[in-house]
Amino acid sequence: MSIFMVLRVALKALARNKMRTSLTMLGMIIGVAAVITMVALGRGAQSEIETQVQSAGTNMITVRAGNYRSRGVSMGMGQSPTLNSRDVDAIRERVPDALYLAAGVRTRDQIIAANQNWNTTIQGTDIEYPQIRSWATELGTFFTTTQVQSAAKVAVLGSVVRDNLYGEGIDPVGARIRIRNQSFQVIGVMSSKGAGQFGEDQDDVVFIPYSTVNKKLRGRDGTNISQIDISAASADSIEVVADQIADTLREEHALGPGEDNDFMVRTQEDLTRIRSQTTQTMTGLLASIAGVSLIVGGIGIMNIMLVSVTERTREIGLRMAVGAKSQDVLLQFLVEAVVLSLVGGLVGVGLGFGLSESLTRFLSWPTSIPADAIVVAVGFAAATGIFFGFYPARKAARLDPIDSLRFE
Amino acid sequence: MALISVDNITKTYAMGDVEVRALRGVSLDIEAGEFVAVTGPSGSGKSTLMHILGCLDRPTNGRYTLENRDISSLSRNQLAEVRNSQIGFVFQGFNLLARTTALDNVELPLLYGGSKDSSSDRRKQAEHMLAAVGLTDRMHHLPNQLSGGQQQRVAIARALVNNPSILLADEPTGNLDSRTSIEVMDIFQQLNRTKNITVLLITHESDIAEYGSRIIRFHDGTVASDKANLVQRIAQDEIADTTGMSDDDSTDRPIDLAR
Repeated sequence: MSIFMVLRVALKALARNKMRTSLTMLGMIIGVAAVITMVALGRGAQSEIETQVQSAGTNMITVRAGNYRSRGVSMGMGQSPTLNSRDVDAIRERVPDALYLAAGVRTRDQIIAANQNWNTTIQGTDIEYPQIRSWATELGTFFTTTQVQSAAKVAVLGSVVRDNLYGEGIDPVGARIRIRNQSFQVIGVMSSKGAGQFGEDQDDVVFIPYSTVNKKLRGRDGTNISQIDISAASADSIEVVADQIADTLREEHALGPGEDNDFMVRTQEDLTRIRSQTTQTMTGLLASIAGVSLIVGGIGIMNIMLVSVTERTREIGLRMAVGAKSQDVLLQFLVEAVVLSLVGGLVGVGLGFGLSESLTRFLSWPTSIPADAIVVAVGFAAATGIFFGFYPARKAARLDPIDSLRFE
Repeated sequence: MALISVDNITKTYAMGDVEVRALRGVSLDIEAGEFVAVTGPSGSGKSTLMHILGCLDRPTNGRYTLENRDISSLSRNQLAEVRNSQIGFVFQGFNLLARTTALDNVELPLLYGGSKDSSSDRRKQAEHMLAAVGLTDRMHHLPNQLSGGQQQRVAIARALVNNPSILLADEPTGNLDSRTSIEVMDIFQQLNRTKNITVLLITHESDIAEYGSRIIRFHDGTVASDKANLVQRIAQDEIADTTGMSDDDSTDRPIDLAR
């Protein structure tokens, strides 16, 4: 009996009990759809990270002050006064591939404009910051070298801050805002950047020169900074540049061979890797939970096939009486199980597509279905069919024709 | 050499702790073209004999040769091949596949025959057989849409579709009324006469056994008597006598087995 004929016999047998066939497939359908949807969510999250990295600039290196121990007490990241503006100059001088540099200090305060006020991050930075982040102003300009050197009271608003203080689409350039009872002139508004890598709103920020933050807002002598943003000349040289920066800073800070760094150099790649790993672990976890339902679906198929073999004992006996050999019966039942799981798997892939699409459309969760996930899910479904279909099929093939014909 | 030859066969079953000796040394020769009725009370071993002759079972001891081939030593798969090509079965309960058209039921043995016939060839053969038993306009009916007699005729068409040399019928009239029983016997007698098919009819009804040209009586696993039936009933004549008197299902086409 050719495999094509076995397939026809199996399909006819399945078509004879459509209700049971579709209910049996349901387990497989749900299992495969769950796996596909979970993987789609994971991959979607991952590709979103990649997009964010692109938007943040792949060449970015961040140096943060910290890892500083004062008599055994560890200070928090960015809090200890271990970086200053001289470090920026040193890097600029000795690391030629560090293309753009910007000293940074962060604080948080209330911003007041006329009768509106807003609490936000105040980012003190330098003139090259827009190039490092590939982030342009939408209105007005970013500050100039002169303004940084003179610690001028000028501010560039993030779009969210503008929206909250003045309203959407309003041009506030030239207006004045107050921070800690000091008057600042708005000289520009940044274009909208959207959510950052950690879900924070990057547009909820006010940029002012770092020197102004130190001298006018913090009231200290303004050379200590909490971080340095750097853009490497190319993404390929990023690791080399990061190492050169670390060497330069160790030299600047006069750290001996055995001493820990009192700063931390992070490349964009490091951050991406950590986040991707987290996402991958999560995807793997969710997909394996969904995978359990595939096995449950397979057991469902075995269950139904066993019932089917018992119920169709007379049919099996008759088939044997008219000339079916053991392997014909074995193949028929095995093919029935595989058809159940395979068709269930394919329908499940379709349902998975639908579910992923709905998640994207109605909940705006990013999804992306990789081709290999489809192949693996359908292949696993077929394998489940063979594995769980074999025992009932063998049971059918080993039946005795006379006993089967007499079976009531 | 006879078509069927059994020599001192025995069959012993273990039923729990009890040993059942279903056949206790049976020897028979059946020539091609005979219409043999095997009869006897239940438990006399006639069904066991039929299972062995039908290659569904193997004897415990003794020799069974079918067309000069020793069947006793064949494997399970070889027995399946013999059943498929040489033997047609008709059962008491018809044993049609439920929710399957008459045509698909008749086609079934062709699927297991290993022939290279195309599916349209198989379909034609099945249609031909159904037409021969007078069911041209019932081909696409399901078993539960057919009367008992019609179902048994589908089963007969199925038994004949592979052109077997032997037709083995196990209580074929057990589920039928007397008139339909005569019609089925008519088909058997026509097959026997026009196509020279050897018919082996197992029945416990002695009046049905009288359609055979030879009657073998079983008792306690042995042959009690084996003689030619000198007063064979002819189903065709009996039908002719009653036609006009009955309101039979006249939608059935005439049976034409000579086709």
